[in-house]
Amino acid sequence: MSATPETTTLDIEGMTCASCASFVERSLSRTPGVQNALVNLATEKATVQYLPDQVTPAAIKEAVVKAGYGVTERAPDTSAADRQADLDAQKARAYRQLKRRFAVAAGLALVIMPLSMLMLWPALLERVNVSWLNYALLLLTLPVLLYSGREFYVSAWNGLRHRAANMDTLIAVGTGAAFLYSLAATVVPGYFHRRGIMPEVYYDTTATIIALILLGKVLELRAKTQTSAAMKSLLGLQAKTARVVRPGGQEMDVPLAQLQLGDTVVVRPGEKVATDGVVTEGHSSVNEAMLTGESLPVEKLPGAAVFGATLNTTGSFRFRVTKVGADTLLAQIVKLVEEAQGSRAPIQRLADKVSAVFVPTVVVIAILTFVLWFDLAPESTRLPLALVNFVAVLIIACPCALGLATPTAMMVSTGKGAEHGVLIRNAEALEKAYQVDTVLLDKTGTITQGEPAVTDFVAPGQNAAHVLQLAAAVERHSEHPLAAAVVRHAEAQSAGGSMSVTGFRAVEGKGAAATVEGQAVLIGNRRLLSDEGVLLSAELAALADQLLAQAKTVLYVAVAGRAAALLGVADTVRDTSAAAIKKLQALGIEVVMMTGDNSQTAAQVAAQVGIGRYFAEVLPADKAATVKALQAEGRTVAMVGDGINDAPALAQADVGLAIGSGTDVAMQAAGITLMRSDLHGVVTAIELSRQTIRTIKQNLFFAFVYNILGIPIAAGLLYPVLGWLLSPMLAAGAMALSSVSVLTNSLRLRAFDNH
Amino acid sequence: MDAAEILVTVGGLALAGLVLWYFFFSTRQTVAAAASPSGVQEVAITVKGGYSPDVIEVERGKPVQLNFYRAEENSCSEELLMPDFGVRRDLPAFQTTQIELLPQQPGRFDFTCGMGMLRGSLVVK
Repeated sequence: MSATPETTTLDIEGMTCASCASFVERSLSRTPGVQNALVNLATEKATVQYLPDQVTPAAIKEAVVKAGYGVTERAPDTSAADRQADLDAQKARAYRQLKRRFAVAAGLALVIMPLSMLMLWPALLERVNVSWLNYALLLLTLPVLLYSGREFYVSAWNGLRHRAANMDTLIAVGTGAAFLYSLAATVVPGYFHRRGIMPEVYYDTTATIIALILLGKVLELRAKTQTSAAMKSLLGLQAKTARVVRPGGQEMDVPLAQLQLGDTVVVRPGEKVATDGVVTEGHSSVNEAMLTGESLPVEKLPGAAVFGATLNTTGSFRFRVTKVGADTLLAQIVKLVEEAQGSRAPIQRLADKVSAVFVPTVVVIAILTFVLWFDLAPESTRLPLALVNFVAVLIIACPCALGLATPTAMMVSTGKGAEHGVLIRNAEALEKAYQVDTVLLDKTGTITQGEPAVTDFVAPGQNAAHVLQLAAAVERHSEHPLAAAVVRHAEAQSAGGSMSVTGFRAVEGKGAAATVEGQAVLIGNRRLLSDEGVLLSAELAALADQLLAQAKTVLYVAVAGRAAALLGVADTVRDTSAAAIKKLQALGIEVVMMTGDNSQTAAQVAAQVGIGRYFAEVLPADKAATVKALQAEGRTVAMVGDGINDAPALAQADVGLAIGSGTDVAMQAAGITLMRSDLHGVVTAIELSRQTIRTIKQNLFFAFVYNILGIPIAAGLLYPVLGWLLSPMLAAGAMALSSVSVLTNSLRLRAFDNH
Repeated sequence: MDAAEILVTVGGLALAGLVLWYFFFSTRQTVAAAASPSGVQEVAITVKGGYSPDVIEVERGKPVQLNFYRAEENSCSEELLMPDFGVRRDLPAFQTTQIELLPQQPGRFDFTCGMGMLRGSLVVK
């Protein structure tokens, strides 16, 4: 019984030429138990498929050494996915540690609290030795401080040396002050008694604050890992290996990192496409939803582009690798999403300014609170009151909520966008999209398909299907875009079929001619027919004029020297355009169209999709000027184009949306790239931006209000009026909840779904 | 006002002043990037409760490589943001993370931790 073959990769040293590579390959192939070996000179790697019960990796290495070459230990792989896995492991470890530290703090706080409460019952207190009780509490608090809370003090100290202050500084100073005061009261109570002050201890405060802050951190970390979930699932899309066809025809699984440009890769039913390439043989439909958000599988025939990480459905095909690694569409999407997550929204600027000065300012406020309470409170209670309020101010202040407000929302929404095929370049684009009140659509390629399609076919007094078949047979040999439209139309009418075509000739600027099944067939413009001496019947001429009046291109077909049929060709409106435009209008956005067509055609298309305002006969060079004209009306304009010939207009607009058909990612000029080629992406982008900016605003509002109200209350500002003082323990609870609230609010964006 | 009150008031105000001076007005550690033979301006930055050095001077138009070594596990510093360059990167603890940039415009560009507490700046000349 033989085991299943395994694959290993070796880094080979010392190969200088192709013959070295083949020498190593031969030596490996001859080793018993090795089924297959592939040596790549350029990457200096050997991929070996072997039976683990017959040969060991050590013996394989030996075969290479015997051939006169060295084997280096494989360097750690540092692809984006691996780095992510490394980081995840580190974070998971940190999370476990944090939970342990929280458990210790919480457990001890649960003991310390009731023990401290003893002081509330004077009758009980008389029976215990207060001094011993304090020492017991001190012993219980020490592990909380030194184990659970250690990081706060270390971080605060490290920060202090860099003249930086963070949340840890506040917690360290707050709990440190409470602890040191308690320590003094425990060790030298007499000193306090002599000054008429009760030597009260605040061990419960210290322990509870640390436990609650750690609880907040645990919740925060857990929520934070969810914000990057979409990003991780993007990285996880990538296939691990590719089945490469070697020149000899053998097939072999190769790790993705070793795939080379020009390799031929086999994709079997149900497999992931390994990388980007062009189909060379076979056909299938491929699910590209993970990259474009388009739920219907896309038909792939030879010549079609396929993309890494998409999923093959039922067919099988081979493709030639055209892009690997960082050049692939998936890698570009990942990079774009990463960059977007690093960008700052202008809306965040105020919060940034505030958080830069936040912590030192809070420390100053806390010091002033201490001074004021000490000066104004009755002498017997002034020290404890000053201390408690000092600690409460430090603990309640929450710079995290401010810092988390924008980035967490951005993380969730950019990931969510990518899931829907909407790639957001940065936070600024998202914020602009939120403000948009006018959407300007470039007709060609956005509202319409951007490629010609046959809209009319008339063959009066003829066998229409047969004539179409003849025309398509000729056009199949032509490379003209209009010819492709005719062929597509014929195939859609199932008027395909193979016919013998001889004597094909393309007539420059006029059309094409050939002999099909023994009949001379002409297809082209009117000049072609007149040049060939074919007369047009009055009926056909009238029909042609009608089609021309609709701004369509007319193709004339002649069979055996007689005009037989007419084809009307035009760029057709996408099925989804009208519905998407209606949705945009429902969002309160005015949709405007521009086109290079004459105003008659423009009016017709506009009416068809429900657009009220349009600019016709706009030259490509004037597109940007049209955007400017709309902006001059005081509008915030989103320009939607195909990103290829309208880059200046996309750049001029407040936010540019490029509709890429998944093939060419023209992300440079556009703030937002739509992977799916229909206008629903525009609706998704605008709805997503609205929800995201709304979430960010809520977060910022909450964070500001929390701190603006919390700090004065903690300082005791309400005491003269209402007699309210905030216990530092309550402050710790509020603080722990505040950053979690902001995070949870951002995570609500995960539910985003455009219907 | 008794002696203790005077002491606390004077001491408190002095301390508050010290805090403000220390965090906002004291001079910072500035370092100019050293250009390697290949023309890349390299700077090593240690991340531990802050960035040292925290003000980095580079020349514009030349590639910059910032090597961030995170010498702690504290979660505060785990993210690095350079909003002007669209960089958001996780810094693994006790490892060096390379960030490559090509500054085209002169100016002062801040880099911060994920929450904007730790700060440094890149001064492009």
